[in-house]
Amino acid sequence: MKTRTSLIALTAVALASAAHADEIRVLNWQGYGTDLDWSLEAFEEATGHTVVHEYFNSEQEMLTKMRTNPGAYDVVLINAAYTTQAYDEGLLAPIDTSAIDNYAGVPANFAEDPALMHEGKVYGVPWTWGLTAIAINSNSFDEAPTSIQVLWDPAYKGRVSIRDDAEEAVHLGALATGQDINNIEDLDAVEAKLAELMPQLRTFWSSENDWNQFMAAGELDVASYWSGSAARSAGMGLPVDFVVPEEGAIAWLDGLSIPETSEHKEAAAQFIDWMIDPEFYVQWDEEGAPASANAEAAAALPDDAFNKRVLGDPDVAALARFRAPMDDETRETYLALWQSLKAAQ
Amino acid sequence: MAQVAHASDRRRLFALLSPAYLWLTLAVFLPLSAMLFFSVLSDMPGADGGWGLTLGNYAAFLENPTYSTLLWKSLKLGATVTFFCVIIGYPCALVLAKSIRGRSREALFLLVILPFWSNSLVRIFSWAIVLRGNGVLERALNWVLPFDIRLNLMFTTEAVTIGLVHSYLPYVILTSYLALQAIDDDILDAARSMGASKLTILRRLLLPLSLPGLLAGAVLVFVPVVGSFMEPRILGGRMGTYYGTVIEDQFVAVYNWPLGAALSFILLAVVLVILGAASPALRKART
Repeated sequence: MKTRTSLIALTAVALASAAHADEIRVLNWQGYGTDLDWSLEAFEEATGHTVVHEYFNSEQEMLTKMRTNPGAYDVVLINAAYTTQAYDEGLLAPIDTSAIDNYAGVPANFAEDPALMHEGKVYGVPWTWGLTAIAINSNSFDEAPTSIQVLWDPAYKGRVSIRDDAEEAVHLGALATGQDINNIEDLDAVEAKLAELMPQLRTFWSSENDWNQFMAAGELDVASYWSGSAARSAGMGLPVDFVVPEEGAIAWLDGLSIPETSEHKEAAAQFIDWMIDPEFYVQWDEEGAPASANAEAAAALPDDAFNKRVLGDPDVAALARFRAPMDDETRETYLALWQSLKAAQ
Repeated sequence: MAQVAHASDRRRLFALLSPAYLWLTLAVFLPLSAMLFFSVLSDMPGADGGWGLTLGNYAAFLENPTYSTLLWKSLKLGATVTFFCVIIGYPCALVLAKSIRGRSREALFLLVILPFWSNSLVRIFSWAIVLRGNGVLERALNWVLPFDIRLNLMFTTEAVTIGLVHSYLPYVILTSYLALQAIDDDILDAARSMGASKLTILRRLLLPLSLPGLLAGAVLVFVPVVGSFMEPRILGGRMGTYYGTVIEDQFVAVYNWPLGAALSFILLAVVLVILGAASPALRKART
């Protein structure tokens, strides 16, 4: 019923502005919130705008697509660690937040993130965030571990997994050696720590589906994992507990941006407003969503929802270490380090 | 050759060959030259700062020992898989061609080809189900054997080898079978009447006469296995990093097509050099 009233309200807004129907083109990961059928149908009903999707498989691909196809996209999902780079290249348009009613609900620590705000203008609306930490098979542990060192525990040798991703591996190594993930001073220590981790590993995982299969087959006791995915896996009935270690967890923030070359900036802002709407989020969370960057949306969740129970905990929020922008040189150094570690197996 | 010189013959030859060459140009030459072009780019077209021509991607192979280590690892994998395919496939072809006649041969032949008709990804995932801990293989063994057994085959180099041998075995069997079948049974009867033992017949007659087929099969196995990436990734776990998986990463994960293309061409060159070095043996086998 709530949805109905908001729909009517939105329709009224749409009619008042006498907006003509546009086709909005969204660039995002596949299956990541913006392309839910029920939501798009409701959005079209409310605003008249239709939404078309294009997908990318890596952040580099997303940037390349924006550079090479000017005017092709109206809303782009950008990880905050990449927003500054896109802004520096002049790919993004400032967003008029007064047109986005729900923007008021976004707390200042997200809204004023230096990656999203440049020269007092907003270049990305915080949408979702989440943690990369560890998840355990709750059948294998009497008591949940509190430290990331559990990955190195010989008791779980051959029952551990991390994602096959250079940045994530180096960040985990940095946490385990007590370093700042955004300013790693002793990369050799990280490399040595990761070299110790390799014999512990059963395999690498690359997708959520992978992870669930390995866990369901009983191949793993403990593995790195994403917060939203852990909630989904637990919801599927797998014996999975998400652990935020005392050393901290890697946190990411995803924002929605409007490209400089977009021809439907007004409609794009309406779509972003729709995406951070609490009612949309509550419904999305039932299907398994990451944590919303809109505090009002997070508050609207039922109390037992993972995103409220675990990620809403102030102690957990204090352990979040947000990924800062990374230059290409550092990224290549990490990649070379990770490849040489894998090749040595 | 003299007849070809006739104008009408040449025209007919041209007409008959042109579809094939047109197809080769479109399907092989153009994509390959596009990749060659990519491999000398300094950056993806459209990246900030523009792009230029460079040999830096090839230099990266020499500068970073990781790539040569992995290439060596992949070549060893190729050699191992080819070895097992030959050891298993040749006797199989020999039995099919020379010992079994009639209906049962057709049935057995069908069994050899059958895996070929299923998608390779499906085959590899079936192996994952068989090999994994507490999987089909372990359960079956534990059911038969009185003592408890843990194979731990999944996510090892052995698992990759098993998966690849199964995938490529039919090539060796098919090529060897064709070569073996072409050998006249009368020759073998003649040898036998002269008192040659079975081993002598195999060593002096069957093996040399069918060597072209066997070698062709070996080449057909070796080349794709060196560049394989899907099987190591699924079955190899943390041991499954090979030259092919690194190339795949460049295209899919890192989005560095120029480096991926350069690494592919280095692989192509290395494989060509190996085949070139082996060609005297191949040519000898053919005569």
